[in-house]
This record gives sequence, structure tokens and C-alpha cells, in this order.
Amino acid sequence: MAQAITDKDGVKRYLITLNVNGDAHTVLVKGNAILTNVLREQLDLTGTKKGCELGDCGSCTVLLDGKPVDSCLVLAIEADGREITTIEGVAENGRLDAIQESMINHAAVQCGYCTPGMVLSAKALLTRNPNPSEQEVREAISGNLCRCTGYVHIVEAVLATAQGRLTPDDH
Amino acid sequence: MSDNHKVIGRSVPRIDGPEKVTGGAKYTGDLKFPNMLYGKILTSPHAHARIISIDTSEAERLPGVKAVITHKDVPTLKYGLSPARWDESIFCSDKVRFVGDKVAAVACLDEDTCYRALKLIKVEYEVLPAALDFLHAMDEGQPQVHEEYARNINTEIHQEFGDVEKALAEAHHVRTDTFVGQRTYQSPIEPHSAISMWDGGKLTIYSSTQSPHYFQHYIAREFDMPMGDVRIIKPYLGGGFGGKLEPTGLEFAGAVLARLTGRPVRTFYDRAEMFAHNRGRHAQYMEITTGVDKNGKILAAKANFLMDGGAYTSLGIASAYYAGALLPLTYEFDNYQFDMFRVYTNLPACGAQRGHGAPQPKYAFESHLDNVAADLGIDPMDIRIINARRPDTVTPNDFRVNSCKIKECLERVRVMSGWDEKKKNLPRGRGIGVATGSFVTGAGYPIYRTDLPHAAAFIKVCEDGTAATLYTGSVDIGQGSDTVLCQMAAEAMGYRYEQMKIVAADTEITPLDFGAYASRQTYMSGAAVKQAGEEVKRQILEMASSMLGLPADDLDCADGMIFSKSRNGKSLSFEEVARKHFVLRGPLLGRGSYTPPKLGGSFKGAAVGTSPAYSFGAQVGEVAIDEETGEISVVGIWDVHDCGKVINPRLLHGQVHGALYMGMGEAVWEEVLFDDKGRIKNAELANYRLLTAVDMPPITSEVVDSYEPTGPWGVKEVGEGATNPTLGMFSNAIFDAMGVRVNSLPLSYEKVWRALKEKREREEDARREEDARREAHDRRADAQREADGPTPIYANPI
Repeated sequence: MAQAITDKDGVKRYLITLNVNGDAHTVLVKGNAILTNVLREQLDLTGTKKGCELGDCGSCTVLLDGKPVDSCLVLAIEADGREITTIEGVAENGRLDAIQESMINHAAVQCGYCTPGMVLSAKALLTRNPNPSEQEVREAISGNLCRCTGYVHIVEAVLATAQGRLTPDDH
Repeated sequence: MSDNHKVIGRSVPRIDGPEKVTGGAKYTGDLKFPNMLYGKILTSPHAHARIISIDTSEAERLPGVKAVITHKDVPTLKYGLSPARWDESIFCSDKVRFVGDKVAAVACLDEDTCYRALKLIKVEYEVLPAALDFLHAMDEGQPQVHEEYARNINTEIHQEFGDVEKALAEAHHVRTDTFVGQRTYQSPIEPHSAISMWDGGKLTIYSSTQSPHYFQHYIAREFDMPMGDVRIIKPYLGGGFGGKLEPTGLEFAGAVLARLTGRPVRTFYDRAEMFAHNRGRHAQYMEITTGVDKNGKILAAKANFLMDGGAYTSLGIASAYYAGALLPLTYEFDNYQFDMFRVYTNLPACGAQRGHGAPQPKYAFESHLDNVAADLGIDPMDIRIINARRPDTVTPNDFRVNSCKIKECLERVRVMSGWDEKKKNLPRGRGIGVATGSFVTGAGYPIYRTDLPHAAAFIKVCEDGTAATLYTGSVDIGQGSDTVLCQMAAEAMGYRYEQMKIVAADTEITPLDFGAYASRQTYMSGAAVKQAGEEVKRQILEMASSMLGLPADDLDCADGMIFSKSRNGKSLSFEEVARKHFVLRGPLLGRGSYTPPKLGGSFKGAAVGTSPAYSFGAQVGEVAIDEETGEISVVGIWDVHDCGKVINPRLLHGQVHGALYMGMGEAVWEEVLFDDKGRIKNAELANYRLLTAVDMPPITSEVVDSYEPTGPWGVKEVGEGATNPTLGMFSNAIFDAMGVRVNSLPLSYEKVWRALKEKREREEDARREEDARREAHDRRADAQREADGPTPIYANPI
């Protein structure tokens, strides 16, 4: 159990450790602080977007112990000690992940606000199922709303990544 | 026309792709400044109420609260997006007009404190009866939303071209249909936010805006400042679709809070507040009458519309004109009458949403045209081809159309979709529908009266020639204009796209551009960029001429190389010439601007709908209906567009997919619902019902070979135009599948189920009536036989 600290007004805060993208961060959070806000405000990891705070849009998707979750529905204290991957942890040493490269090349990115969540959901799918069907791709990203693309190029980009075709023929 | 382009016409990757896929792209709400405060707006819980008193004292005493403001602390000047009706105030002073109307604001150390402070502001209201039903808002005795607008009439339009009554009287067939369109919302995934700060007398605002220029103009006006003291910066923008075109109130409140506190203030709407702020598509009641000859050629059309404006004007006057102005564009007919009332109601104000005013009237007209075709026994595809507009024509309301390949779009989509085969052979419960659309390529006139150019750009080549930066006021809201404009700049300069940089949408650094609305940027901003690029190229060739000792007109520059057109081997790199230019002549700069020619007629409202060029398109959709549940499965959608020269095919098709997606949502699922107190019942993305990846059908999009003579390299619009056919296309496909029409949007499963049920009941009633008629006939025959006595039997009838 995280250490609790009570301030002079009687407000309790918890000292927790978030393992984000391989780095351990010790942060002081209120019991009702959502993971999205702690990542964005306290750790400055603003790649995790806020779109609805109701779990509807998926913009705030992060991987929690490898599984995609809406970080607006996760209390920061629930993530204490667990492994979190945000969009900032997907490219390694400035080298884009295959899904990121594919999404750029397939024009699967428009306004880009859903893109971090979409990349993480797609990455989690490809990690557990390297050869998904189109329906499996659609289901895997169905929690990530995109208002721009109609999902056509996104689905194409994920399927192409699985097939090792990071660049479309019409490029 | 030459097609040996090096950069345009290629699906180069987005210039902002790496930042967006890595989370590096900063949107307004991601920005943080030292000492920054958080601001929130207090909104009305009532649809219509008089404000008796506002007590902010308790909120002011809450620790962490740095400022609380009401109407007493802000300019009282009315504002709006449409100068014809400035009817909004930063905060309400006398009464509130919808649930969500702005009353006060706070600036606090953190977000939590903002929400607690808002609860401590005591507002005493006298609740008034509210006008919530736009169909009755003009009735006698309805509550007045604004005292100065009798019968809640915000805008009234009456236009007639040709002689409609005469044409209808002479028509072979005349039909009238009525349709109702619902209120929908743009729902960009990024919520609105703004960060305001003052430095001396200068105000800087970072904003999620589609038009920094209009923001700058209206903010300067509101605070009585010179425009040069207002700087608007658009960081990355998470979608707009028309919803981020106008001042939201966040900027005004934020600016006042920042001035009072002397600190940067971030103001923002959460998702529910975005729904309340709205400015989406108007609900519309649409009656359409058409007269045709025996071949289905349209002779005259009458449109009689009523529009729910909500509590304020917003961009609604333009929406009202657009609703009728674009109707005679896709098909050719000379006689046209358009009547419209836009009414005030105590609901959130409506404004511009993708396709601005046009998609719902197109839904009505395209559904109506299918009804006419059915009356005459004409194939729906054929009736559209018969009436399709031709190039180099003028609409009855004086819009000049240059390039137009609507007929080719229809012919192509007919083949792609397998129309002829499917029309004959689809089984029961399956249907196929077609509809067309057309749209402006940029508005011919700005939103407020000015003679400023619509777009401007300049290009600065780096001192050693290894990069060139495009400075433009245009706004990439996701559609890819930064990429496309850099392609155009590189093409015009003879440079390489990969070496282009861009600085966009910062009113202090970039030249004026009206922004991302009315599908204008590739055409208008592109024209300015092309001019700027050509100026750079001219200077490069002049410099190269002196370096090579060859006449400039013998030289050309492409893909970063300057070469002689007549002599092999005479070449220089762009870099070495650009460097030499800087050494000898100073900075290498190119400038460009674009102003459209004078467009349109002289009648009232003639400016709305004018454009230097119009796009056209046709869509076919195939659906399967579950007759037990009304569930609509979309089997496939085919889209063909006439959008002129394509600069980046992948980005273009991405726009078509997105437009179809939005249109499909509006056709079948999306609707903002209100309760009897004017409160939104579904102010969340799940219950408003944005479509997920699982809901989307296969989409096939193509373009026809097209060239617009007035556009840079022949370009035209696509981003909004592709939304226009979609609602009508679904309506027609569902009609084809069911044999009965749903006359209101959305064409929901429930309405489809109900229409089928009513159709079955009608058929059952007709059967029963037929049986009863037969029985009665048999009874009468029996009675007659009895009365006549036994039939005589003849031994030999011959």
C-alpha cells in the first residue's frame, strides 16, 4: 500500500511509483487523481491525450502491464508499481516503431489527436497477435475513436505492418 | 497542361507525421507556461431565465482562486461571427438563453479548485418559459429569445430565379416532399482550449482555432485594440470540421482573467461543455417541390425551409443561404425559388459544420429526386445523368461553373458499384442508392467586409540553400494542408519536398490567410504559395543565368537542380545558386497572395455560395436491412469525385473517407437530443454515437481526371464536398431496400423498423380491405342469384 500523507487541510495524498517507459517516477497524488492527469500534468507526458474523460474516445490509451487501457478510467494509485507504456515510449532512441512508420506512410494520421492511443492499441494487438485479420484489427482499435480518417488508412496501416509492408505501393 | 510534375501528384508522407505518431506534437491543451493558471466558465443550468443576481464573494474567498469575473468585468460590446447579427456577449448580463450560456469565469491554481469555485458562485435566476421546438418558434405567444427579433425570426430569405409557377404549370409531373434533418455536432476529438497571456499591452493567445485571422480580428475588436497588439498562435489542432471557426468565449474570458491576474491562463471546455457550446449542424425542416418533363428533366424547383438556429446567430446566416444557394449547382434547371426562415430557439447556437448548410438539403433533394424517378419509372442513375450540370455553365443564381465532371462521376460510380446488375438482382431486404454532391472551393467573399487578400504566403530559402521555409497563415486542422502546401511550394520553386519546412498559423510571423473553412486552402492558399514559389524560382534562375552565362529563359529548375533546356551538361544545384544569391543579393524570399475575382450576382444574399471553382461528386451505397429489427448493415460505399488536379492522392482519399464517415454517422446514427428543459441528453461521444472502426463498411474512392482552369495546377475542393451526397445516398439505398421512405434524419434502426411495420400494416389493411371487398362482392352475387331464382338450363345452348 502506498504511503499516505495528510496535509493541514486534512486532504490525503499518496506517494506512489509509476514505472513509465522504463523510468521509475515517484509522485504524490490524490486518491481520485486519474492516471491521464498525472502523466500529463506531473510527468509532462502530454502524448497521452484527453478527449472525453469517460472512456469513450480512447485518446488517453496507455499500456498497463502491456494491455491497452483508457488511462482516464484508471486511478493513478491503481498504477502504483506497475509498468506503463505511453506513446513517448514506443519509438526507441529516436527510431520509430514499425507501426508508427506504417501509419505515417499509409496516411493513417490526420489531425493526430487519436494517433497516440491508436498506435498503442495497434501495437498491443500486433504483440499478442502478429497476424490479425481485418476484423481483429477493427475490433482492437474500436475503443479508439477517430473523427478524421473513417479508419480506412488506419486499418490498412496496421494490416500492412503485420505483413511487413511499411510503405504502400502507391507511395 | 503539362503533367511532368516532380512533387505534386505524389503521396508524400505528411510533414507532421513523426511528431504526431510519437506524441511529440503539442496541442493547445498540452502547453504549459511558468506561473500558469487554469480558467473555467460558469454556464447556465436553464434554457431561458432572467438573471436576478450574481454573488461571487464565496468563490473569491476559496484558497487557490485568483480571479472571478462576470459581465461587470468584461467589455459589453456584442460580438458574433456574422457581422450582420452581432448578438452574443462575453457573459450574459440580463438573461441566459440556453443551457450552457456563459455567466461567469474563474481563474485558479489548478483544475480541481476551478470546479469547486464554480459551485460557490451563487446565481439567482427567474426561470422563463423556453422556445425549444423550432417548428413552432415563430408561432404567436412563443417565448421571445431576443426581444429585438419578433417571432424569433433570425434570418428570412426569399429568392426567385426564372418563372417557377409557369414552369410548374407546364411540367409533365409535379411532386412535393417534406423531410426533416436533425441537429448534429462536429465532435473533433480534441476539445477546445486556449491559453491567454499579456506582455505589457500585447495579448497573445494560443488557441485551437481554424482561423487565427478571424480570432485576431474579433478579439482586437472586442478589446478595442489594434490588430498588431493581438497575436494568435495555432499549435497542432485536433480536428475542427467547422466547430473551431469562431470565438468560443474561452479566449475572451481567458484574456480578461490573464489581464486581471497578470499570469497566463489556460481555459478549456470538457466534452460535455463542447456539446453545450455546439455550433454544429442546424436541424432543418425541408419542403421541396419539383416539376419535370416526361423524361425526368427538371424544369423548376421550389425549396421551402425552416432552420433551428439556437440561441445566437453564429455563422447561421451563411448556413441559411448556403442551404438553398447550392441546390441548383449539381443539376441544371433555370427556374428556382428558395424560401427560408432561420429561427431562434433556447438551445445551443448552430453554425458551420462540414458541408456548411448543404448536406441536409442535398439529402432532401436527392431523396425527392428518387421519388420523382420512381413516379416516372426512370432509373435513379439515369435521372441524375439527364440533369447533370455541364462545364462552363452558370447556375440560375449566378454561380459560374468552369470545370464540371459530374456526369463522368456518375458514369464511373455506376460501373464501380455494379449498379446496373445490382439494381436488377438484389434480393429482398437489400438496396442500392445513388446521390450526388457539389461544393464551393473556398468562399468568394470573406466573413466580414474587407478588401484584404484571402490568402498570402512567403518562402524564405535558408542561407546555404539546404532548406526552404514556407510561412503561411493557413491552418492544418488534420486535413494535411501543411504537407500539400509544402508540396506546392517545392513544385513551384523546383525544389525538393523533403527539404521543405513550414511555419503556419501564427498571426505575428505568418502572413494573413483566412484559414481552414469552406474548403479553400489547397486552392486559395495554394495559389498564394505557388506565386511565392515562382518568385523564388525566378530569382534562382536569374542568379543561375549569371553563374552559367546562359539566358534565364533557357534555364529551368526542378527537383533541386537548375539546368539548361537546350544544352546538356549545363547544370547547377539549387543549393549553390541559393547560397550565391544570399552572398550577392541578400535573403532569397518569395511572396504571394490571392484575391478571388468579383463573383456572383447583385441580388440580396448573392455573395453566399459564390466560389471561383466548384467540386462535384457521386456516391453509391449498398445496404442490407433486417426487416425484423430495422438494423441497417452497410455492404459497401463507392465514391467518385471531380476535384481537379490531385496534389497528394493518399491525403485526398483520406479526406473522402473522413467525409463519408461523418456523413454516414449523420445519416444513420448521430443526433443531439434534448430533454423538455433544453438540456442535452447525450453530451458524450458514446451516446451521441460516433462510429467505431467496427461500424465502418468497405469504402472505395476514386477521382475522375479533371483540371480546374482557375486553380493552381488545376486544383479544386474535396474535403467537405464528399459529405454532401452521403445522407441522400443512404436515404435512397434504404428506400430501395424497403420500398418505403423514412423522411427524417437520422435514418435510425427504430425509424426503419417502424416504417417497415407501418408498411406491413398498410399492406395488411389493404389485403383485409380487398378480402372484405371480395366477400361483399360474392355476397351480393349470391343475393342476386337468389333473387333471380334458379338459372334456366338449356339443353342445347347453341
